[in-house]
Amino acid sequence: MSSTAPVLSIRDLLITFTGRHGALTAIDGVSFDIAPGEILGVVGESGAGKSLTGTAVIGLLDPPGRIAGGTILLDGERIDTLSQAEMRKIRGRKIGAIFQDPLTSLHPLLTIGDQIIETIRTHLPLDHAQARARAIALLQDVGIPAAETRIDHHPHQFSGGMRQRVVIALALAAEPRLIIADEPTTALDVSIQAQITTLLKRLCREHGTAIMLVTHDMGVIAETADRVAVMYAGRIVEVGPVSQVTRQPRHPYTAGLMASIPGMKAREATLRQIDGAMPRLNAIPVGCAFNPRCERADACCRAEKPVLDKGRHVAACWHPLEANP
Amino acid sequence: MLVFLIKRLTNAAAVMFAVAFLAFMIFRFVGDPVELMLNEQASQAQRDELRERLGLNGGFLVQFATFVANAMRGDFGISYRNQQEVFTLIVERFPATFELVIVATFLSLAIGIPLGVYAAIRRDSFGAHLLQFVSVLGVSLPSFALGILFILIFSVTLQWLPAFGRGEVVQLGWWSTGFLTPSGRKALILPGITLSLFQITLVMRLVRAEMMETMRTDFIRFARARGLLDRSIHFRHALRNCLMPVITVTGLQIGNLIAFALVTETVFQWPGMGLLFVQAVTFVDIPVMAAYLMVVSFIFVAINTVVDLTYALVDPRLRQDAIAGGSGGR
Repeated sequence: MSSTAPVLSIRDLLITFTGRHGALTAIDGVSFDIAPGEILGVVGESGAGKSLTGTAVIGLLDPPGRIAGGTILLDGERIDTLSQAEMRKIRGRKIGAIFQDPLTSLHPLLTIGDQIIETIRTHLPLDHAQARARAIALLQDVGIPAAETRIDHHPHQFSGGMRQRVVIALALAAEPRLIIADEPTTALDVSIQAQITTLLKRLCREHGTAIMLVTHDMGVIAETADRVAVMYAGRIVEVGPVSQVTRQPRHPYTAGLMASIPGMKAREATLRQIDGAMPRLNAIPVGCAFNPRCERADACCRAEKPVLDKGRHVAACWHPLEANP
Repeated sequence: MLVFLIKRLTNAAAVMFAVAFLAFMIFRFVGDPVELMLNEQASQAQRDELRERLGLNGGFLVQFATFVANAMRGDFGISYRNQQEVFTLIVERFPATFELVIVATFLSLAIGIPLGVYAAIRRDSFGAHLLQFVSVLGVSLPSFALGILFILIFSVTLQWLPAFGRGEVVQLGWWSTGFLTPSGRKALILPGITLSLFQITLVMRLVRAEMMETMRTDFIRFARARGLLDRSIHFRHALRNCLMPVITVTGLQIGNLIAFALVTETVFQWPGMGLLFVQAVTFVDIPVMAAYLMVVSFIFVAINTVVDLTYALVDPRLRQDAIAGGSGGR
């Protein structure tokens, strides 16, 4: 994957919220790449900064949040410094987005056809009939039966899973290079979740679209993603291929996260958990952000921030777990 | 849709029945109509004769039934003051009030909606703050004060517009309209603006609040994430979602406008129903008051019903639910 130029390349991203008591750092030096056709899972607890990173990429950070440092490159071009008007042309055209709740993501008073056709015609030079034909093809592509008639229906006439398919069709409307999928399956039934992740994987393969899959569900990541980045308190603590990170986590936090997933085979009496809670933005400890909750922490962890090395499977940790042979 | 329609119409009929009861009570129990209608020197025979003619000797229920039956035919009796059919009096005056209210409603929507959208999407600009400030003035200034101020400026000082009356009117069947003559249109301007000022600020504030609420919803966020044009997001997506409450409030306010036109009509000597009512109150002309109550209530109820039905046209979800007899899938 590293041989091709990445679709998305984030370097040392810094996002701050300026409030009454000074600036709070929400995202602290996040860097990662996504290759064409690759699915990168971004996992972490609520408030770790996963969604915020996605929001920054599509340029929809709401004040007082702002990008205070670092660069975001899309196909090698900087997009974090673009004006609102220029960024609007990239949204939907080059970067698609899928949000968590398909029930609220669609306009309740417009037909899904209206919404897809408008999105297509905003970005592509098609007339109404051509855009409608394309919309029907998209709906078929995301697995909506009888797309020719369903296109004129309103969102409330679709089930939750079907609506998320419509949302995916909307994200794909102008063949974007990258899709930011923010918890695309969280609001759905488990059986529907599998259908949606399978669909995302297939579309990613067929269209060569890269996906940044933001979720807190390690199961979805394991099913769907090629690589995974684990976030904690606004930093990436570990990144690597999914199979390696899930089987041989190197960062103690990742290891804790894996241990806390209830297994089907090992029936344990109690569910394991990581003691303590993620720090608030205004109380992130010096050094490694995870050190107060970490069994392996020592003086070094409390003094200096560990850095993420370059490599296929790396962890930002002073005392990483050894990779089992 | 049919079930929905029948439900609404039944409700409307029930409300009208209650209003009829109230109007009847006023008619029957505020003073003795016989005493009010005849002069001091009338003999007992004349009194009894009138009492019989007005049907005042029947039982309570019989009288009420007669009143309702007559009211349904548009027969509200005879005005004490001008000895004319009350209904004819009101029908003559209705077009004047209605045209004034239509102009005021049109102004409130045509000016209020764009201002509300502007105040919502540029909410930190100087203009938006100024609008908020001015709208407080608009809400708190009484319309009679504004009306008199307008007359002073535009009629007395500048002499651009007439100070009172409807100007020339054209008779279209029983309807008299001021829209078709220059002087009629001119005469509508000042009362129209006076009546609409409160409405403009109301619509503006409502649209602003609804827009700000809608702009935070997921579907607007998603529309922005798809790179749609701001113009489309604001007017096609967000404003459309705000129209429901605007329709409701505007609809209900038409009823209010007809009632509040009373003040404006008095200031501008506008020959509408409100002025008729004010004169009726001065002369304790009970049949006119009762009929005014019935007619204004009827307009209120009719508008409410139409507003309810309009919902179904704007919101497809309601349409669906109505087809399924109120149990449509959400």
